[in-house]
Amino acid sequence: MNKVLMQGNKIIGEAAIRAGCLFYAGYPITPQNELPEYMAENLRKVEGGVFIQSESEIAAIHMVAGASAAGARSMTSSSSPGISLKQEGISSLAACELPAVIVNMMRGGPGLGNICPAQGDYFQATRGGGHGDYRVIVLGPDSAQELADLTMDAFDLADEYRTPVMILADGMMGQMMEPVIFKEPKPRVYPESFAMTGAGTGKSKIIRGLILDPLEMEEHNWKLHRKYQVIAQRETRHELYKTDDAELILVAYGTGARIAKGAIKRLREAGLRVGLFRPISLWPFPTNELRDLAKRTENFLVFEMSTGQMVEDVRLALQGRARIGFHGRPGGVVPTPVELANVVMRQYDRKEGIIDPVT
Amino acid sequence: MMKKVFGRPRSMKGNIFHYCAGCGHSIAHRLIAEVIDELDIRGITIGVPPAGCAVLAYNYFDVDMIEAQHGRGPAMATGIKRVLPDRVVFSYQGDGDLAAIGIAESFHAANRGENITVIFMNNGVYGMTGGQMAPTSILGQKTTTSPTGRQNILDGYPIKVCEVFSLLPGTAYIERCTVNSPASILKTRKAIRKAFQYQIDGRGFSLIEILSPCPTNWKMTPIDSCRWIDEVMSKQFPLGVIKDVPAEVSDERKKGDKHHDG
Amino acid sequence: MMVKTIFAGFGGQGVLMMGYSLAHGAMSAGYNVTFLPAYGAEVRGGTANCTVAVSDDEIASPIASEPDNIVVLNTPSLYTFQNRVAFGGALFLNSSIIAVESSRHDVRIFKIPSSEMAEKLGNPRTANTVMMGAFLKMTGLVPPDIYLSSMETVMGSKKKSVIEINHKAFAAGYEFLKMAE
Repeated sequence: MNKVLMQGNKIIGEAAIRAGCLFYAGYPITPQNELPEYMAENLRKVEGGVFIQSESEIAAIHMVAGASAAGARSMTSSSSPGISLKQEGISSLAACELPAVIVNMMRGGPGLGNICPAQGDYFQATRGGGHGDYRVIVLGPDSAQELADLTMDAFDLADEYRTPVMILADGMMGQMMEPVIFKEPKPRVYPESFAMTGAGTGKSKIIRGLILDPLEMEEHNWKLHRKYQVIAQRETRHELYKTDDAELILVAYGTGARIAKGAIKRLREAGLRVGLFRPISLWPFPTNELRDLAKRTENFLVFEMSTGQMVEDVRLALQGRARIGFHGRPGGVVPTPVELANVVMRQYDRKEGIIDPVT
Repeated sequence: MMKKVFGRPRSMKGNIFHYCAGCGHSIAHRLIAEVIDELDIRGITIGVPPAGCAVLAYNYFDVDMIEAQHGRGPAMATGIKRVLPDRVVFSYQGDGDLAAIGIAESFHAANRGENITVIFMNNGVYGMTGGQMAPTSILGQKTTTSPTGRQNILDGYPIKVCEVFSLLPGTAYIERCTVNSPASILKTRKAIRKAFQYQIDGRGFSLIEILSPCPTNWKMTPIDSCRWIDEVMSKQFPLGVIKDVPAEVSDERKKGDKHHDG
Repeated sequence: MMVKTIFAGFGGQGVLMMGYSLAHGAMSAGYNVTFLPAYGAEVRGGTANCTVAVSDDEIASPIASEPDNIVVLNTPSLYTFQNRVAFGGALFLNSSIIAVESSRHDVRIFKIPSSEMAEKLGNPRTANTVMMGAFLKMTGLVPPDIYLSSMETVMGSKKKSVIEINHKAFAAGYEFLKMAE
């Protein structure tokens, strides 16, 4: 397997094509434009591969729904404002139990915000995002290698659970070039009977999310819920970095986690025992795995490139078992590892911080 | 022995229509099903019903169907058709679905020349939600959101979808029909059949607009509704073929042949 | 070891190419690398810059708030980036275009008349490669042979004559600073 130097957005495109993605629709928005451009050039070379530059993000997600229903591995991508537009379709994909992969290269917000790397869409991604009672599997890569690996995994997860899966990264992950090795994708496991291809001589099929009878709708909601519970039990992913002897544990994901690792390196050189808990699956959040760490230390510090969103999941996970500090840089600011190290130094020996009243 | 002269099309389920008395949807449904039978394409047809009165169309059509969110039918149909180019894909849309919330998806599917068929039910009113103004409500038409009648300065003008879409080079065949009389129903059937045949032949995007009575929300009897289509609605939305590129091409060819013969 | 370098100049001067080829070369030499282009509203002729980090350890941030080196091909880029260079770092200037002096006295400054040198070689567009020659001569980040093969890779299927002139340009830059020493 060759190591290649590629830009993050293109890595996702290449990984998707290798994973057998046959349909991509999207609308230009910075900082993810290289992904649709890559698909325009390369997906159309694949036999049966379809690339469409859609008229809007809304159209793109519904094209993806159609292609997914027709049995093709399908994908769309965008950045924050565009992902807001896609929510109608994501909700519908969840309702109709259609697999799809959605990429969000987050930028500063709310509103048009800016085009710099940010992590302000955590709530939107991990709480469903659109209307109704549903969840989306959300994966947060922190390197070029994970962009490739998690993109391939995203297609597998989408098929396995027949649900939309989101890759939640940011402008820096999308724009940065880093070496990557593309792994051999797993063969697709998706029964043909799930696809809508015409009734043939048999019974006709219906794919729908409209269920007017409340009892029937309730049943569907619980069915989806049970599926999400299974996902929550089986699909959490996380990385532990130097947590074995840690007095203070940073919690960060994606680009934030990279910065945190840089900070930890400096802090360790200064003799401070600091580690990192990095959620890779943001939904399902690795709650139990994080809670386990509270047996070792009572000092946690959440770092996000937002005003504090994942910190709520950390509080839910720790449930009063530990103090939780927070450092945030929203708006497209990517702080230096030195800045974060300074913040950690100030909080290393602290005895205050949020301790939830719940026990 | 008795000969069966009228029956349910194979491509229809046996369910009783939920549509109001005098509504055009049930007629349009049946015509589409008849055409699907006639062309023997039931097994390869995929339909996309809209949000609106026809949201439950999949309870009546016995072909594969997938629901679209409001207005997104042509985007969804695009996704299906591009993945399965040898299937016959149609979207069924109302006036709000096509000309308001889904105008972008419809317009751009047409502009890309997607090889799909759009059945556009125009009754000038939002039926399912209780009779609000539609983008095709005519000036002066009273609806629950234009209680004194639609006024252009406040509410804009009715959109002539066929005429607008016919300007797009991507569209192949556009015809406006109605279902207010036996003769007009037969004409509509022919148009639907032509549209599906064009799709099978790979001729590109076709749109059949059907002026459809809505006695309930027009607050008229079914008979008055049919009359209103003739006397008022079709004046605003003239019936007939608006564009038929494949036919024009074949006419040209015939002319060319004649010239050659001469 | 961790070395961060910012390359900057006008769009069209091959600024991104410098960073890309260095990153590729460093990867081939076995280092961890990141390459981060400045992105935004695309303006031809506007300024372009990119940051390359080379390390034998994991790279935390691909951003350089305090780069070890900057390579600047035009005057506005000098003003933008000169005060960011770390104490004791290095500043590589295209002295054919940058007529002003740097205000920094605590960094090593290398002036290379790369545009003139490239012109003399017969292709003014290789000024960036001249700079790379000088840059690698002084930093020793990547062995020249590895860099040159990476340069060919990232240039893609360019004509043989183009490859050749870039080799010459690189050699000229490499030799230039040796002579200047």
